[in-house]
Amino acid sequence: MSNVTINTAGAEQVASTSDRRARITGVILLLLSALVLFALDVAPGEVATFRLTTVRDAVQLPDLVVPGGFNTIVAALLAFIGVRQFLRGGGKWSTLSIGGGLFLVVLAFLVWADAGKSFNLTGMLQATMVRAVPIALGGLAGVLSERVAVVNIAIEGMLLAGAFTGALVGSLIGSWVGLFAAVAIGGMFGMMLAALVVTFRMDQIIAGVVINLFVLGLTSYVTSQVFASNRWMNNAEVFRAWKIPLLSDIPVLGPVLFQQNIFVYGALILVGVATYYLFHTKGGLRARAVGEHPRAADTLGVDVYWTRYFHVTLAGMVAGFGGAWFTLGSVGRFDENMTNGKGFIGLAAMIFGRWHPVGALSAALIFGFADSLQQKLALLNTPIPSEFLAMAPYIATIIVVAGLIGKARPPAADGQPYVKE
Amino acid sequence: MSTSIGKRELDDAGRALLQRASGGRGQFEDLVIVPIFAVIAALVLGALVMLATGVDIGTIGKSFVALGKGSVGSLNAISETLTSAIPLILAGLGLGLGFRAGLFNIGAEGQIVMGGLAAAIFAFSFPGLPAILLIPLSLLAGAIAGAIYAGFAGVLKATTGAHEVITTIMLNLSSFLILIWALKQPYVQVAGRSDPISKSVPEAGQLPRLLDWIDPNLRVHAGLFVMLIMVAFIWWLLFRSKIGFAFRASGENPDAARYAGMKSGLIIVAAMGTAGALAGLGGASQVLGVLERASPGFSAGIGFDAIALALLGRSHPVGILLAGLLFGGLEAGGRQMQVDAGVSIDLIGIIQALIIVFIAAPLLVRAIFPWGFRKDKEGGAA
Repeated sequence: MSNVTINTAGAEQVASTSDRRARITGVILLLLSALVLFALDVAPGEVATFRLTTVRDAVQLPDLVVPGGFNTIVAALLAFIGVRQFLRGGGKWSTLSIGGGLFLVVLAFLVWADAGKSFNLTGMLQATMVRAVPIALGGLAGVLSERVAVVNIAIEGMLLAGAFTGALVGSLIGSWVGLFAAVAIGGMFGMMLAALVVTFRMDQIIAGVVINLFVLGLTSYVTSQVFASNRWMNNAEVFRAWKIPLLSDIPVLGPVLFQQNIFVYGALILVGVATYYLFHTKGGLRARAVGEHPRAADTLGVDVYWTRYFHVTLAGMVAGFGGAWFTLGSVGRFDENMTNGKGFIGLAAMIFGRWHPVGALSAALIFGFADSLQQKLALLNTPIPSEFLAMAPYIATIIVVAGLIGKARPPAADGQPYVKE
Repeated sequence: MSTSIGKRELDDAGRALLQRASGGRGQFEDLVIVPIFAVIAALVLGALVMLATGVDIGTIGKSFVALGKGSVGSLNAISETLTSAIPLILAGLGLGLGFRAGLFNIGAEGQIVMGGLAAAIFAFSFPGLPAILLIPLSLLAGAIAGAIYAGFAGVLKATTGAHEVITTIMLNLSSFLILIWALKQPYVQVAGRSDPISKSVPEAGQLPRLLDWIDPNLRVHAGLFVMLIMVAFIWWLLFRSKIGFAFRASGENPDAARYAGMKSGLIIVAAMGTAGALAGLGGASQVLGVLERASPGFSAGIGFDAIALALLGRSHPVGILLAGLLFGGLEAGGRQMQVDAGVSIDLIGIIQALIIVFIAAPLLVRAIFPWGFRKDKEGGAA
């Protein structure tokens, strides 16, 4: 391609790195092709049936029937992209090919798992969306605080605090008040984190770990000390799904996007607002400047401390909202440590999504998909242990952090305290 | 360490590191007074939490008495305190060593899981071996498994710069799934059980109980000696050996260490590996000495408590030993508290977190207890 004409040493190095990456991508794609061809082989006669609508839906669609030959075609396609990458890939095509390639592998996997059976695709996509919500909100909280260079390990604790408060206040007063209280408590822990790291200059990771330990201890203590004997304090009314008229009748898309509860809508709106705010407003520009080069921002009159306080508190509120999903958005009852690492997965989604709200949401959807697929796999009786599938997001995150497929770059000042001169 | 200048720089670096590790000026205040005040403040706040959740004053008093009684009040209490402290201290030593080398290893939990699992599998795989071989080899299997699991994060950090906090968190989450998967394999699972649980460690593989000649219920086991040996060994490694010097130097100033000819990548991998080995040893001693089998969730958050431990102990082996005894005591006392006063043991988690807040932000303790410290500028005792 065009990189032959580049002649300076630095650019040559860049070109050769990109070449190397293209080769790695090519090899990975070829391996995936072999995987689909041999491990996910479906007999041509067998068909996989995907149900798209249920009998209750307004518009009925016929089942999607995929013949077994589909996987052979996928393997061929993967091999083609792989060879193309290996020989003459580079630039933006590497990432795109890997993305497309992985998508194809997932399709092939579904066909393989479903061969000779039938399952509800729309139902799974709907579950994906629901499971992605806490991860996306956790990831968004991470984006908001890391964009102002505060590493936020405490998302897990903030989610847990939100879940707990939502259940408690929701049971005592009402779900709406519970939701607001959850947001407020999340914000409070955000402010606490900001105080510890900005004012007291505590190590950011230690501060996060401490908040997690503290919230876990406090919520577990109250659960076993108070809730165990007072069940009524831990029994909030759940937010039901709101059908959006007309839109919710669209087949497939309707149930996935427009028949959900306020947490799904809230997450989507928040991601949109955050993207606009961070990348299209003055405030967002200042926030990002604080994350990249606080000294320069300070010189230009941005109040670095205040900006950090504000955004970390905001991040806490987002996480508190996400936390309320666990109780007010699904079961209405708080259990000890019910977030179960979702905050850390949110952190992973943030990295995976390259510190961008939309990226974090997309990553959360992938993780949510893996999660609901894992549930389905148990029903479909496939030979793959569901634990390995559940592990996929973690391994993917390690791969991304290690920069094996594309480098994810955090904000330049991420994790560093700022001392005003 | 090739030139004398480099060596002096590094000595400075080492001193600076020690100073940082002990919180700067006022060694005595930071090493003794801050932790004591932190513990007192945390206990007082713990009492306030109890008050806020409707526990009456009498019960609060009773629960503190139970806390003391359950941790040091009897031979059984001391045995329980030591039993709880053993894996905590082992994992804490590893984390402290990582902190000294500038690595924030959050992965002790996963390394404990791997170590415990490997030790259990090794022990029941060779039931014929005599105890004198089977116990050390099982412990070694645990240490190696932990070292490999942590070394993975170390290699990634050294070769690609992947931040160890993220990779170790991901490895933690993965380890729980690996554990459940492994426990369901026919080779590992107890015959006839459908839930994931491993076969039992044979008699010869169990760490012998030290005091069962007094009372068979005293659980403290020979892992105590392993732990004490490791405290001494890590002290020697950190402060008397060349490699420990390299750990500390590259933790304080990686650039200076590199200029002095130290191989930073190798140091990272070695430090992570050692930390993982210690955590793995902790998991192995827990499985071989207390649990006698591996089951889901057997790590029980020890690896996370160990982070707190390493911070409280200022990443110094002796500090970690003392902090571990404190945490072990809180743990054992907490169980007594639950029985005697009906206060949930989860209160201990709150107290532990509060201790760390006060330790890690000494400014906060100084703000709360101003009379306990010299004034910085005036220098006079208040």
